[in-house]
Amino acid sequence: MRVLRAIFGHGSGRIGGVIVGVYVIIAILGLLGLTPHNPITQYRIDRLHAPDSAYWMGTDLFGRDVASRLMAGIGQSFTVAFFSVAVATLAGTVLGLAAAWLGRRWDGVVMRIMDVLLAFPAILLALLIVTVAGPGTWTSVVAIGIVYTPIFTRVVRGPALSLKAREFVDAARTFGSSSSYIVTRHLLLNLVAPLTVQVTLALAWALLTEAGLSFLGLGTQPPAASLGLMLSDSRNLMETAPWLMIFPGLTIMVSILGFNLLGDALRDILDPRMRRAPA
Amino acid sequence: MNYLMRRLAAFPLVLLGVSILVFVAIRMVPGDSITAMLGTEAGLLTPAQRDALAAYFGIDQPWFVQYWRWIGGILHGNFGISVTYGRPVLDVILERFPLTLELAVLSMVIALAVGMPAGIFAATHNEKPSDLGVRVVAMIGQSTPSFVLGLLIIYTLSAGFGVLPAMGEFAPLWQDPLRNLSQLILPAVTLGFAFAASVTRISRSAMLDVLSDDYVRTARSKGASARSVIWRHALPNALIPVVTLSGIEFGYLLGGAVIVEQIYALPGLGRMVLDAIQQRDYALVQGSVLFVAFNFMIVNLLVDLAYVALDPRIRLGEQ
Repeated sequence: MRVLRAIFGHGSGRIGGVIVGVYVIIAILGLLGLTPHNPITQYRIDRLHAPDSAYWMGTDLFGRDVASRLMAGIGQSFTVAFFSVAVATLAGTVLGLAAAWLGRRWDGVVMRIMDVLLAFPAILLALLIVTVAGPGTWTSVVAIGIVYTPIFTRVVRGPALSLKAREFVDAARTFGSSSSYIVTRHLLLNLVAPLTVQVTLALAWALLTEAGLSFLGLGTQPPAASLGLMLSDSRNLMETAPWLMIFPGLTIMVSILGFNLLGDALRDILDPRMRRAPA
Repeated sequence: MNYLMRRLAAFPLVLLGVSILVFVAIRMVPGDSITAMLGTEAGLLTPAQRDALAAYFGIDQPWFVQYWRWIGGILHGNFGISVTYGRPVLDVILERFPLTLELAVLSMVIALAVGMPAGIFAATHNEKPSDLGVRVVAMIGQSTPSFVLGLLIIYTLSAGFGVLPAMGEFAPLWQDPLRNLSQLILPAVTLGFAFAASVTRISRSAMLDVLSDDYVRTARSKGASARSVIWRHALPNALIPVVTLSGIEFGYLLGGAVIVEQIYALPGLGRMVLDAIQQRDYALVQGSVLFVAFNFMIVNLLVDLAYVALDPRIRLGEQ
């Protein structure tokens, strides 16, 4: 509650929060199928129909309603973003805590594997995984999740190492607390703040990567709607039907903007050291 | 020096990991490379011809023999033969790399030339309307995916001015510099925009941190001019985060900008890898991923070394 109040007291947090909130509602409506039209029904008579009161954002080459496809696409993109960030957060936290707590050889092995993954450019690694497993929504989740796991591992391991050396951890040990108790209660709880910030920013990257993969035809497969695919399809029609490009483009941009603003605000709120220094 | 040696010693280990990962991953792609290469014509091959082709590309052996041969070849500078191009992998990579390198350099130049002055301006006008303006533009820039911006640029040019970006046959820099620049400037702006936004944000916050430091206050109270305080005292210390960010971004750009290359139809490294993955061109995927990872590690190392040059107090490798 306190964090929510702080977010709404923060200039960019307020804007980011509202944007993300609105998108989440649209995503849920899109996933539940509560769209103005059926997103995959082709109204052949109304092909490439310009935006008007019947089709708020026009129709595409096949006569499908762009607004409805956008809603379904947001649902799709958010599903991929949330699940892939969940995968990365879970895997990264477990690996980072294990590396920090077990130390020595474990630390070395885990961090070298992360180095290998980090040496791959993110989009190439995602491309490789998607090609191996075949394109689709859940493949994107796994691919993006794996790509961002090393970042979470690093975010967790560093602070966990310094927490491990703190006196309260020694004290807990002296009182006979088990390793699992110390790791979950003392380390993990103290890592919630940096993780929250990272999760918000990672959601922005995940949306971007998902849109990129589907732009290349390797994400969600047609006829299902996805923002990247809609944008990619608009390329040959941008002069005759610019709405096909403008609406999906703006939709992707504003969603990423929302998470970036929220992430910035959370960083200011949760990590006082990052607060802007007065000039 | 010790630090440098230790970092260099870790190179082979990480590259070995990358090589195993990419070797295994590309072999898990369903389908075989000969069918992918010849398409429907593969059906016309007799089993003997197919075996001969497989033997030529070395893909008839068990995986561990293939891996061993591949690694052994690399140590002798031989990255294998690309199934799609029928030429040595290294030649194909080195043919595509100049474009990718040039695009990365151009984007970085744009990003630094726009981002740093904007960030410094915002920091010295902290909390004023002009600072807010810069921050809003930077935030929007950072949230604009390159493919959205690329399409918007093409649309604006074609709908507004009736021109299309220079495409067609790519002209290397050393053959036709003018045509080369006209082909690369829009892709570089597309990539450089978000990059510039990040540079603006990080140089603004680094500058604000430094401007509140005691030594800057001392310089000011001793009567140093605003210009001298910013350029001589504050900027060198605010550069470290900018160098880190630019280095990482540059390293990623050297891996090829798949989507921007796709939008502007540029024959860069990124598109080549994408095609190679889809064609199951084992040797080309393996070679190029290793090449990209190596570049990325070199750039990261250079970034670390740049810290020392910028701040002699930093001793690398110490906790």
